[in-house]
Amino acid sequence: MASTIEVEGVSKRFRLYREKPSSLKARLISSRTRAEDFWALRDVAFAVEEGTSLGLIGVNGSGKTTLLKVIAGILRPTTGRVVTRGRIAALLELGAGFHPELTGRENVYLNASFLGLSRKETDRAYDDIVAFAELGEFMDNQVKFYSSGMLVRLGFAVAVHVDPAILLIDEVLAVGDEAFQAKCLERVRRFQRDGRTIVFVTHALDLVRSICDGAVMLDRGRIHASGRPDEVVRELRLLSLRHDVDYAGEEGTREIEIVSAELIREDGSVSRPVRPGESLTIQVDLRSNAPVDDAVVSFALHDQGSHFVFGASSEQSGVLLPRFEGKRRVRFNLRSVPFVQGKYWVTLGVHARDPKRVYHLQEQRYPFEVVSNGDRRDQVFIPVEVEVEDL
Amino acid sequence: MVTTIDVIERTSEPPRLRVLARVRELYAHREILLNLVRKELKVKYAASVLGAIWSLLNPVVFLGVFTFVSFALDNNVPNYPVYLLSGLLAWNLFSTSVTQGARSVIDNANLVKKVYFPREILPLSQIGVALVDFVLQTLVLLLLMIATGYDFRVGTLALWPLAFFTLLVFTVAMSFWLSAMNVRYRDIQHLLNLGLLVWFWFTPIVYASHFVQEKLAAYQPFGFTSFYLYLLNPLASIVVGFQRALYGVVTPQGASEPVLVQVSVGWVATILAGVALGSVVLLWSTWRTFFRLSGDFAEEL
Repeated sequence: MASTIEVEGVSKRFRLYREKPSSLKARLISSRTRAEDFWALRDVAFAVEEGTSLGLIGVNGSGKTTLLKVIAGILRPTTGRVVTRGRIAALLELGAGFHPELTGRENVYLNASFLGLSRKETDRAYDDIVAFAELGEFMDNQVKFYSSGMLVRLGFAVAVHVDPAILLIDEVLAVGDEAFQAKCLERVRRFQRDGRTIVFVTHALDLVRSICDGAVMLDRGRIHASGRPDEVVRELRLLSLRHDVDYAGEEGTREIEIVSAELIREDGSVSRPVRPGESLTIQVDLRSNAPVDDAVVSFALHDQGSHFVFGASSEQSGVLLPRFEGKRRVRFNLRSVPFVQGKYWVTLGVHARDPKRVYHLQEQRYPFEVVSNGDRRDQVFIPVEVEVEDL
Repeated sequence: MVTTIDVIERTSEPPRLRVLARVRELYAHREILLNLVRKELKVKYAASVLGAIWSLLNPVVFLGVFTFVSFALDNNVPNYPVYLLSGLLAWNLFSTSVTQGARSVIDNANLVKKVYFPREILPLSQIGVALVDFVLQTLVLLLLMIATGYDFRVGTLALWPLAFFTLLVFTVAMSFWLSAMNVRYRDIQHLLNLGLLVWFWFTPIVYASHFVQEKLAAYQPFGFTSFYLYLLNPLASIVVGFQRALYGVVTPQGASEPVLVQVSVGWVATILAGVALGSVVLLWSTWRTFFRLSGDFAEEL
């Protein structure tokens, strides 16, 4: 049995014009238009088997949406080929083709036809759609009077009532309130039970892990990883950690320099995710270029949103460093990591006792990730010992 | 269950147009076409008091203006409204379709970038809108003819389906080409307005078509009647066909000289058939162009 979607060696080149010549005059005057090639996709190949769900993940600009558009037939590949078997419905944007002057009812029919529903099929699904969108009393109003939330709900409602063999979904499940999202997710699960083939583009990595059978991760147009969702998701997390390193700032007068630093896990690893409650050692190697008497080494932790969460220094911890000459290694032993989930960055600094005199500061330079087992709702990790005593 | 017809292969090569397969695909997407026509009609007359009456006002105003002009120029065409409208309605169908059709892909950029459907539907929907107006206007013209006690002739009326078919094929062919080219060169829509103005006056709508035949009879470069050159304008032939079908008589009672082109009905039918054939070939060629370019519309917009 052939796969439902086959993508073979697909590349897509866009020409980026500084100013696109869209008139004859412009075409005639500048015989050679200045265009830069941008490869949104490079040699992408994978297959999706019938009845399975694939998550397409990657950072912004990695080519996910372009790939989805190529599969949907909206864009033509520059090289390679795509074969699809079965009717496709692509949800690239909710309510694409909604027209403000038309009523909700008319827009349902218009939108449904774009998604491949016939008039009869829409007639049959109409009551369900209205009920799903919870917009019963507004269906005869023009949608220009709808709030954006109502538009989204109506777009959803039509979208989840289509009846295709292949469903391409771009990020659209990420909007709407929580109750509505749950409702939509339930619909997606039903599609899966009905044996439909689904391709998701999403940033919601947990969604990929919980509902996809496979995942493909794109990085700058190429497949970076593919396979089991949890493994591919981990690859993406690692990659985004590495990307962030490039943006860290540095400053200081460099009487003392930070030569290198490592975040050592409980088992000696320096790369794997940390589990809550494990220990973590921040090991800093320093070198002085001139003797310094009052050096203080400090570190800070920031979370994903660059919010400061914790900081400590050798001085606060009651350790006065002797006169600094040559090389020296400083270790901060964090006995128990209190975080539950997420990315954190370590800022390292070496400065005088007057913290305004900075010798060397590396801002949010060293990342680590905390991952929990299972689905925990904890905000922090507190090591708990249980004692039971018969009285 | 996956049926063979649903297997789609997309490659870097622009696919070759296979007319039958494409027509089948268009038919499968007819719901979109119908909905877009409905939408256009609705939007066009939304929030207007007179609604569809507006589509009838255009010919009425034309009629008023040109009746006056023809009176001032001593045009001497009996039953001038019937003469003018029989050609004008055909012209309106053509000019509205191509003007709106040329913009159709650009105006729906958001759809083109987000939804897959056969792009032909966009210009076709504009033709659909123009057709609705055409049908309304033709009904009014027929009422006018009945009201003024017009003498219908079955022999000439039989030309109408042929003229209509030719007009439709030619309009679709031009719309496909213009809408596809307009995506790349936005000049097209400006050029088009000028072009249509010239085209309108080179087509015997306002003035008596016999007038041109008579004037051009004097010029016979290389022994060739230059009136035939004039008829190379497909719309001139089509309009002559519509006029012969509806206005009917070449020299009506009360006219000092012929109004319509002085040829037999069979001759008009032959010319029309020739233009129809040419239009079909033109359609095939512009459709191929449209089809080839349409794969890149989403990128160009």
